[in-house]
Amino acid sequence: MVGKLKRKWCAYRRDPKSFVLFLSVCLAALITMLALIFIIAYILIKGIPNLTLDLFDSKYTTENVSLLPALINTLFIMLLSLLFAVPVGIGAAIYLTEYARRGNKLVHIVGITAETLSGIPSIVYGLFGSLFFVKYLGLGLSLLSGALTLSIMILPLIMRTTEEALRSVPDSYREGSFGLGAGKLRTVFSIVLPCAVPGILSGVILGIGRIVGESAALIFTSGTVAEIATSIFSSARTLSVHMYSISGEGLYIKQTYATAVVLLVVVILINALSGFVAKKIGGKNTDG
Amino acid sequence: MKNIKEKVMKLLFFLTALVSIAAVILICIFLFASGIPAIKEIGVFKFLLGTSWKPANNLYGILPMIVGSFYVTAGALIIGVPIGILTAVFMARFAPRSIYAPLKAAVNLMVGIPSVVYGFFGLVVLVPFIREAFGGRGMSVLTASVLLGLMILPTIISVSETSIRAVPESYYEGGLALGASHERSVFFTVLPAAKSGIFAGVVLGIGRAVGETMAVMMVAGNQAVIPDSMLSGVRTLTTNIVLEMGYSTDLHREALIGTAVVLFVFILIINLSLSLFKRRVK
Repeated sequence: MVGKLKRKWCAYRRDPKSFVLFLSVCLAALITMLALIFIIAYILIKGIPNLTLDLFDSKYTTENVSLLPALINTLFIMLLSLLFAVPVGIGAAIYLTEYARRGNKLVHIVGITAETLSGIPSIVYGLFGSLFFVKYLGLGLSLLSGALTLSIMILPLIMRTTEEALRSVPDSYREGSFGLGAGKLRTVFSIVLPCAVPGILSGVILGIGRIVGESAALIFTSGTVAEIATSIFSSARTLSVHMYSISGEGLYIKQTYATAVVLLVVVILINALSGFVAKKIGGKNTDG
Repeated sequence: MKNIKEKVMKLLFFLTALVSIAAVILICIFLFASGIPAIKEIGVFKFLLGTSWKPANNLYGILPMIVGSFYVTAGALIIGVPIGILTAVFMARFAPRSIYAPLKAAVNLMVGIPSVVYGFFGLVVLVPFIREAFGGRGMSVLTASVLLGLMILPTIISVSETSIRAVPESYYEGGLALGASHERSVFFTVLPAAKSGIFAGVVLGIGRAVGETMAVMMVAGNQAVIPDSMLSGVRTLTTNIVLEMGYSTDLHREALIGTAVVLFVFILIINLSLSLFKRRVK
């Protein structure tokens, strides 16, 4: 070990340029790592002491600045968005991989539009949502408008991950199913889709992550009412929007720290979950 | 009976495949239909090249915002690109397994942190720091650039890492065989071979930086004038929309949608150049 290090050191002495390159990559990685640790540690250290029971009161008032209603609304919006985006995303991916012929023009166009959608900034989605869902369709500032906007936003993500998962299912599975006399539909639903579930799941989890973190697309679609939504037509703020609103007012700096902690914990949990699912997929591949 | 079910489902799948196309068309129609008349009414040149944005006086020039977006994005690239590429090189070619795993997890987590949390961090840490260290009000081009540089890091890192790993091992080995050190082989044979992938990562990073809204709004100061130094406040295209959309009416509102049209066109150009570039590489 010591001998190896010594030899390396001698090589660097003869070739300082290599040493500089080595140092710079180490430094860059260190900066990346430290930046993240600093952000998370700072928020946690400042925020955890401010986590009080008041913040989890079921009713929002200007005194307790409770985040529980926003947390519950986030859950509503998440479920509602997934309800739209997941079936459509999976259906589209099924069509693209199982039905469309190779080299089909439509596949190409859908690919381009999906890429375009995933590049559009969230504020543009927000503006579109307020023009189309809120005004044109008359849904008003509501959970439904927000969820529809978000579902378009996460659609390309779910479509792409599902498509990849379906494509990785070996053709021999399909041929075996056809050989046993199953129709196309049956093959898709009982053979191909079950094999692709972990891949689809990882896409859905990524989508959840985006929904939880989104704020710019929601301010003008689902509004900023800080109470638990009573129906899909009532306006409600999610946790990210809640955090933005109270940070802007400047009066609730402590509560903002605490809200940031809750938001970070949710994001870290989602991340851990997606890591877990990814590991499951990896394990499966080595088995097969 | 069975045949009908097959056909119906096929049609259903076909329709879901059309949803993303319909979404893009709807977004274009609604943005352009509400934004372009306003741009015409104000005058294309007055709108794009006008230097004062004073809705109260009916002055709608978005040049300060275009320049602001440009400055902030350029600043983010100056900070994010070198650190991002070097980190990617470290992850693909230098990191031992025990360091790689946590670093990879960290990069994945950075993607997931909501932009409001980044923004709040910028507000309570970066703004005071820059005020103390460089003077000024702290909310500035510099602050927004540093924050955005951090935010685009994970995009640049993960795309660059993938493309560095895709370079055939023989390039690296060839370098070693010619007597180059590990570092020299990586930097002068592997990295040039991965440059198209790295470039794609940088372009994706540009897209993220141009489109970021909430985080920038919280640290940039938001004055609608062309910034004259790194330390003066700045307003970008995205923040212009969020700041005033809530209370705007009539032409003012339409001018904001016009701002979104300009932003949308920028993003489309960035996307298009990326896909053209990808096709050429293929």
